[in-house]
Amino acid sequence: MGGTWDDLVGSALLGTERRRPTGVVGDAQEAAVGLLDAAAVGVVRRRAGLRPGVAGERPKPVAPDPRPEVPDAARRRLEMMLTEGGRGRQGSAPSLLELLPQWLAAARRRGFALPPALLPALLDTARARTDLRADALAVAGPRALWLAELNPEWKFALRAGSGAVSTAAAAEDAAARERLWEEGLFAERVALLTRLRQSDPAGALALLRSTWRAERAEDRLMFVDALRTGLSPADEPFLEESLADRSRNVRSTAAELLSALPSSALAARMAARARTCVSLGADGITVEAPYECDAAMERDGVAPQPPSGRGERSWWMGQLVDAAPLSVWPGRFRGRTPEQIIALPVLDEWQPDLHAAWCRAAVRQRDRGWARALLGAPSARGGPVAAIGDPAKLLAILPAGERADWVAEFVAVHGLSEAFQMLGVCAVPWSGPLGRAVVDALDIARDGGSYPWSFSGVMGLAERCLDPAAADQVGVLSAAAEEAPNGSPGASAYWSEAFQRLTGTLRLRALMLTELGETAP
Amino acid sequence: METETRWTVDQVLALAPDAASRTAGAKLAQPAPWSGTGAAGTAVWGLCKGSGSKPYQTAVDTRGPAYRCTCPSRKFPCKHALALLLLWAGGADGPIAAAGAAGASAEPEWVEQWTAARRKKEESGAGGAAGADAPRAAGPADPGAARKRADRRAVRVEGGAAELEQRLADLLRGGLAGADTAGHKAFDETAARMVDAQAPGLAARVRELGAIPATGGDWPSRMLEETALLHLLARGFLGREGLPEPLVDTVRARIGFTVDSADLLAGPTVHGQWLVLAQYDTTDDLTTRRIWLHDAAAGRFALVLSFGAAGRAPQLALPVGLVVEAELAYHPSAVPLRAALGAHRASVEAPGTIPPGTAIGPALDAYGAALADDPWLDAWPVLLTDVVPVPGPDRWQLADVAGPDAVPLTGPAPWRLAALSGGHPLTLFAELTPTGARPLTAWSPSSPAPAPTPVLA
Repeated sequence: MGGTWDDLVGSALLGTERRRPTGVVGDAQEAAVGLLDAAAVGVVRRRAGLRPGVAGERPKPVAPDPRPEVPDAARRRLEMMLTEGGRGRQGSAPSLLELLPQWLAAARRRGFALPPALLPALLDTARARTDLRADALAVAGPRALWLAELNPEWKFALRAGSGAVSTAAAAEDAAARERLWEEGLFAERVALLTRLRQSDPAGALALLRSTWRAERAEDRLMFVDALRTGLSPADEPFLEESLADRSRNVRSTAAELLSALPSSALAARMAARARTCVSLGADGITVEAPYECDAAMERDGVAPQPPSGRGERSWWMGQLVDAAPLSVWPGRFRGRTPEQIIALPVLDEWQPDLHAAWCRAAVRQRDRGWARALLGAPSARGGPVAAIGDPAKLLAILPAGERADWVAEFVAVHGLSEAFQMLGVCAVPWSGPLGRAVVDALDIARDGGSYPWSFSGVMGLAERCLDPAAADQVGVLSAAAEEAPNGSPGASAYWSEAFQRLTGTLRLRALMLTELGETAP
Repeated sequence: METETRWTVDQVLALAPDAASRTAGAKLAQPAPWSGTGAAGTAVWGLCKGSGSKPYQTAVDTRGPAYRCTCPSRKFPCKHALALLLLWAGGADGPIAAAGAAGASAEPEWVEQWTAARRKKEESGAGGAAGADAPRAAGPADPGAARKRADRRAVRVEGGAAELEQRLADLLRGGLAGADTAGHKAFDETAARMVDAQAPGLAARVRELGAIPATGGDWPSRMLEETALLHLLARGFLGREGLPEPLVDTVRARIGFTVDSADLLAGPTVHGQWLVLAQYDTTDDLTTRRIWLHDAAAGRFALVLSFGAAGRAPQLALPVGLVVEAELAYHPSAVPLRAALGAHRASVEAPGTIPPGTAIGPALDAYGAALADDPWLDAWPVLLTDVVPVPGPDRWQLADVAGPDAVPLTGPAPWRLAALSGGHPLTLFAELTPTGARPLTAWSPSSPAPAPTPVLA
């Protein structure tokens, strides 16, 4: 009987007209049948005689996870969220996927572990959604990192995740810290630096200085930026040196950080420059913008080239004022408070530029007094910064309670059309007054007869941020109402559906949190 | 008061035909839309408010299980039946009280009628074919005519097998190298000839043959393997007079002769406590659901197939981990695996223990022995104890925890299995196939109460 399997395959490939396997006789047709007979014996022998292979290197077993697994109901909820996948919102049914971040955050707070079989699906989801990653990886635990080592598609988990895990260890142990700093991946090093800045800012700076000269420009930028955490006057010498860095981006970030340190030399230089630009006259504030951007200004981080459409003098002036310590101004304006300064008239239409610069300064220096003054009363008609500043950024500086109250009042007076970003910086779940204000405003919008999708942004936020306890209040609204007299046709039915959906989502959120053992706040 | 065993929520959810139904059913599983719910014996029922004015009547018989709902859904079971079972799974203190308990409603007339009709059908079905099966045609067919039909078919299949032999010989005369460039058109034509010859099993194998060159790698070797097995099958049928009877049955089954389930169940059956090891669907023109059962006491495996038209889920669904007390009738074969499911009732006496398995070496030996009896065997069930999934550069392996033995895994990277293992040994139920082991169900080593977890990627 024929030769080896390879011999048979060789003949089969070329055909018996051209090549015959060893030991097969007859004409080409007979040889083909002979080849098939031999191959039939061969294939059964090959398959039935299969011997075990030799095992490759076994992966290192993952360390045990001491955390308890999530309760059954919560596990099923997560399973559904992950399998429901990318199906969009439709009709009055709530979208589970939008609740996934909250599920993960709650599970993390409760210290639960996940059933291992769900980890691949969770990693796939977190890969596509960066907003989930921190909580997803924390809940997924060491087993997810173990998996990520085996699958290049989940590499992100090693970057972000080992940041969370191994830097925790490294921050404790000086030797591990230095090793990670010297051998780690870029993202691990950023994570280590950021983490260390929270506990030991000076140590972190020393670590950064140890390798500073050898770092690449892009990396240097991220490292300097990491100094934002735990920033203090002790960082000034290093930042001052960085003003001479080869990279323009590193220079301007260093300047920005220095300007957030009111006692720094750079802040003093900027203060001196700003003072010459802004003065108080008999009729109000006079602004005399600089005529040139000299080398010293440039060294202190002033960008000489304005974006298109802006005059260069007002561009330079804005940068001088937003980098100067706000403490300069009460002295400059004869002891006036921030509120009084804001109230002063500004001559020659410089007010938008000047106030916008103060807004940026307040945000950068996290100055609550100035933030309050710039925001003004929420009820004020077109508050002082509404047109030029970014109220959401100013609000973010205020304590959570004050922030919610301010936005609630704003919504009550001005409605929802300008409120989206402000709502986005409010703490979740929304406080009682804020939630009521938003629901009332939605009710008013419905009575006004417009379509609900004009408010889909706020609706989406409300689904995620309203306190589930507000479900009953919303539930009342979902009952079909009469058409508004001048309303768009059919709007009422769409609103009912939108409110139903909101109620459904809120109830679901409450249920979801209960399943995870959280009691409603 | 009766002590009833209710299913777990996971077991109910496993009955859902797809993910969308699972989600829809879970959403409906709250008391608000339901009224007139109750449970007695193996029946669960309730009225569910839908979009219309009249509520849907939903009932489930957990023997089977069998479903009845007045909703127009084509899904099976529909979301209402799933939601009802989910509520029922909440326990006797949950929203659906047991009959006789305070506040429970008695079985309404429409439920009674339905369950009575089901019982009747079950009793009349000889040997108790599954309740879901269609009623058998009334009256026995003329045996003489049936034999004539069978003879005519045998002749046609013989003609097809002979033609196939000729075509295979021609193929090897000219060489497989041409098949790479020729595409699968010639194979499709041969497959059509086999359909005409009433040999669907041969047709399917021929079609697969045509697809091999496109799979790349060492395709000539795989193609010669499959061509040789096809040759062996055709020759087996032509020379069946000289073969032992069980092998003839195997050849007939592989060629595409079917045996009626009811006829099988009318013959000898095997009774046992069957653990559902795996359930998964494959789809081409129609959906084929493969359900693997295992009777640990007798050391027996059985494969139950259920079919659904394209896009529709097969009717039979048995959740993994369920223990079914059932009568099975194996299809005659040299290696009996496929079986018809007769009368069965699900019980929830969860086994709680991990079924016993073997190391890789003995599993491969058993596979080899089975292949010697049925060379066309495409999947051999094995329970492996203490194996570890091991990543490799091209393919994953399954390795004995203590020894050097390993077997390659087939299919996409087995991430669920890897996650479950975490590098630790586990027990795995897998199919051994000519291209490696296909992992189906694993028992997590880290879990305090190891439950079977489906791991098919």
